[in-house]
Amino acid sequence: MILGIDVGGTHTDAALIDSGRIRKTAKVATNPGRVVESLSGIASEVLKGEPLENLQRIVLSTTLSTNAIVQNKVDPVGLMVISGPGLPPSYISTSENTHFLSGYVNHRGIETAPIDPAAVSRISDDFRKRGLNHAGIIGKFSTRNPSQELQIEKIVSDGMKHVSLGHRMSGHLNFPRRVATTYLNEAIWELYSSFVKQVVDFFRTMGVSVPIYILKADGGTFNIEQSVEFPVYTILSGPAASIMGILSMTENSGEDAIALDIGGTTTDIALFADGVPLLEPFGVTMEGHKTLIRGLRSKPLGIGGDSRVRYEGGQLLIGPQREGPAAAFGGPFPTPTDAMILLGLTDIGDPSKAEKALHGVADAIGCTVQKAAESIFEESCQIIARHVHAVIEEVNNKPVYTIHELLEGKRISPKILYIIGGPAKPMSTRLGQLLECPVHIPPHPEIANAVGAALARTTAELTILADTERGIMTISEEGISKKLPPRFSKGDAIEVGRELLKERALRLGAREEDLEIEVIEDQEFNMVRDFYLAGKNIRIKLQVKPGLIAGFSTGELS
Amino acid sequence: MKQARKTGLIFFPAFDWAISPTHPEREERLLYTQDQVFEEGLLDLENIVEYKPSIASYADINRVHFCVPDAGSVTTESHLISAGGAITAAQKVMQKEVDNAFALVRPPGHHAMLVVHGARGFCNVNIEAIMIEYIRHHYGHRRIAVVDTDCHHGDGTQNIYWNDPDTLCISIHQDGRTLYPGSGFHEEFGGPNALGTTLNIPLPPRTSDEGFLYIMKEAILPILAEFKPDLVINSAGQDNHFSDPITDMRFSAHGYATLNDMLSPDIAVLEGGYSIEKALPYVNVGIILAMAGLDYSYVREPEYRSSSLRQSEDISRYIAQEADAIYELWSRREEIREKVVGDKKYIRSNKSIYYDTDGIREQQEVVVRVCHDCGGLVMIDSRSDLGHRIFAVLIPWKACPQCRREGEEAYDKAARKDGFQYIYLQDKEKDLFLVK
Repeated sequence: MILGIDVGGTHTDAALIDSGRIRKTAKVATNPGRVVESLSGIASEVLKGEPLENLQRIVLSTTLSTNAIVQNKVDPVGLMVISGPGLPPSYISTSENTHFLSGYVNHRGIETAPIDPAAVSRISDDFRKRGLNHAGIIGKFSTRNPSQELQIEKIVSDGMKHVSLGHRMSGHLNFPRRVATTYLNEAIWELYSSFVKQVVDFFRTMGVSVPIYILKADGGTFNIEQSVEFPVYTILSGPAASIMGILSMTENSGEDAIALDIGGTTTDIALFADGVPLLEPFGVTMEGHKTLIRGLRSKPLGIGGDSRVRYEGGQLLIGPQREGPAAAFGGPFPTPTDAMILLGLTDIGDPSKAEKALHGVADAIGCTVQKAAESIFEESCQIIARHVHAVIEEVNNKPVYTIHELLEGKRISPKILYIIGGPAKPMSTRLGQLLECPVHIPPHPEIANAVGAALARTTAELTILADTERGIMTISEEGISKKLPPRFSKGDAIEVGRELLKERALRLGAREEDLEIEVIEDQEFNMVRDFYLAGKNIRIKLQVKPGLIAGFSTGELS
Repeated sequence: MKQARKTGLIFFPAFDWAISPTHPEREERLLYTQDQVFEEGLLDLENIVEYKPSIASYADINRVHFCVPDAGSVTTESHLISAGGAITAAQKVMQKEVDNAFALVRPPGHHAMLVVHGARGFCNVNIEAIMIEYIRHHYGHRRIAVVDTDCHHGDGTQNIYWNDPDTLCISIHQDGRTLYPGSGFHEEFGGPNALGTTLNIPLPPRTSDEGFLYIMKEAILPILAEFKPDLVINSAGQDNHFSDPITDMRFSAHGYATLNDMLSPDIAVLEGGYSIEKALPYVNVGIILAMAGLDYSYVREPEYRSSSLRQSEDISRYIAQEADAIYELWSRREEIREKVVGDKKYIRSNKSIYYDTDGIREQQEVVVRVCHDCGGLVMIDSRSDLGHRIFAVLIPWKACPQCRREGEEAYDKAARKDGFQYIYLQDKEKDLFLVK
């Protein structure tokens, strides 16, 4: 038995899955101020009368971190930033609690300027005096050599509740994003650890001792106790939950696909390449913070069932504002939902209210109400289809850096269209025509998120840079720098990487049977100095692919 | 505060292509540049947009070169992509999607000349020239200035535009008496109908930021202001850097960024530069920031020490004279033309060209028709020690009726029995390329 819970912005869903079937579901309104209460309430309801000894795992997806950031309910963080030469410090978004330090590590991980320990001590004292007990330490190229961040941590950590280090956030290069990610991680750390403690206490008090997981933005999970160090990984897990839900409930033949989640205000567009959801190339963006957090590539579009419809300057305008529910449900303005009701595509709400609201638009256009509804519906579908095409175009035009990829590179060409959300059914036929794909609507779209969370496997990533000239290998995510054995090759690096990634994933809560490890980047460069081969620069990235846990192939769940 | 500009970046490091495994032009060349560009987060900046390069066609190459025996034989995919990257940069600028663009691509092209028998100076085809002719063909004829800031004389670009009065080629480089390709002196001043639109500025070894920027301010910018180009292109070689292993200059990343800022090119194209670890990452970041109108004052190599890189007073004095001499040469171009050309009808010259990368030697006899109405008809008889002999006829942009008639006749008349294996006609205006 697996319990999945998704605490969303408006609703909290739960699904109990047993022997490949959805056995029980629940849906309640979320109490935004009290996430733990929403969660424990629905868990008690669903687990009531169930044999708890049959429970194997619990997976949660919550908006806790996302909301904390959106609502700015975050702790002040003292940042120590080693920015070195390059972009001016003013390009790093900062507060009065940010200090720029001397020191530098170059692109190869070679220290070219030392830190000043006396200055670090002074700043650290200042943090304490001002009551700052959270700190973030971030160096340019610290993923290539974390030693300066570690030296500073030693000086600062005394007297701090917690310290986040830049190099641990991600193996990717991007200094401004590393600063933002580290800041966010530390800013929500206290709130998040207290949440974890309450959740764990709740389930343990209930007598449940199975592993508890939490969903990340990349559609993978990690053990809740392990998650405490990296709360920032849990931001924007909502879209990930719905994509994983779609994966579990629909046929997936490993082909390219489009997934649409059409909500009231927005439509999320996601893509699958060969059946695997596409991730953001650098990291997700959250409230203007560009981060290094791996997340599903999901583009929100300002159109949904409740978008306000207007006719202005000879043009039909749909969205991006939502001014309330559809007119058929007592809302103030006509919406695409009202048009769909009038056209008989759905039988929800009050059709007379829908018609009344649409009259205004029909008069403005100078046509019948029927014709106006048709135009609104058609335009809504066209807008979505146009954006889907643009997203595909953008993915296919993504820059590549080898001749092989430029000439032979993969191009996305969708063969299936998945749709979830309220207007999924009424819009499916027309969207299928416009996007030239057969449409699949999952059987339980209302609880797709809870199911998606319940069945998502643990994911992890690992980045290796081996520099045989220097005889050093760095693994940023693990904070490891170590000496290389002689004659170290790309094959050796992949071997070491697999082993370390396996350890890492198991530590984060993965099960052996779910370790689908994939090499996502393997490059090897001859390093030539003074016209002689001086060594090799080897770069490896591996991941445990996002996907469903063993025993749940796609589309099997009923 | 400077005005931010929208800058297109075409980054193509060709991580799977090298001339040979330990050649300077190898896979590793832009590896650390990529690291630096990614780590600085430049691609996240709102006004910097990255584009994928297109692939140049053989027709794009044939608008510029006479490849022997044909374009397919002297290029690989890497050359088509690198030229395609420059073309993409031009497209984005000409379609006004961006204010300017930087093609950070390899392999380079500025040593590739009009006739191509093989590779010289790591170059097979001239990517800037292919771009320029692409612009003229697709967007209409433009007056264009190319400022080549590679440490090596841009002899290929010079050779291609030798007879074109509408393309100003200025090359600033380490004195040819001390560096490959050994050319690029004041005397190389353009063909009979285009005297003065080729300008060479050799600088002494150990010239530093001060010297380069002085030449920019005192010679290049005033000349550009008088030439009034529609477009300015920077052949942005990066081997004047103090850490470059095959040159002897003392230019810095900050200097390169400042030079680019002063020049404000519409399009920059990477050329040489082989200090891949200590120079390129910083120089490229500096150029990108300068083009985007962003603050580059923090761009510094970790090894940079201004005191040890300062140029001597002798060099400063020499460069001041050099700037005056160049400006004077430019100002007297009409007068010099009278003297050099006189009442000659045709000018015939002989040239020996060495292809160092491929080890080929070529002999050329070039005939240019002296013309007051257009760039003049050009006819080339070229033979290489690979055993090829070709005859090439070039009818220029805005060709006058006489040059056109004589060119067409020359092509029609030339025959294999005269000893030529291939006879080519390139007609710029009609975008025609014929081979027989």
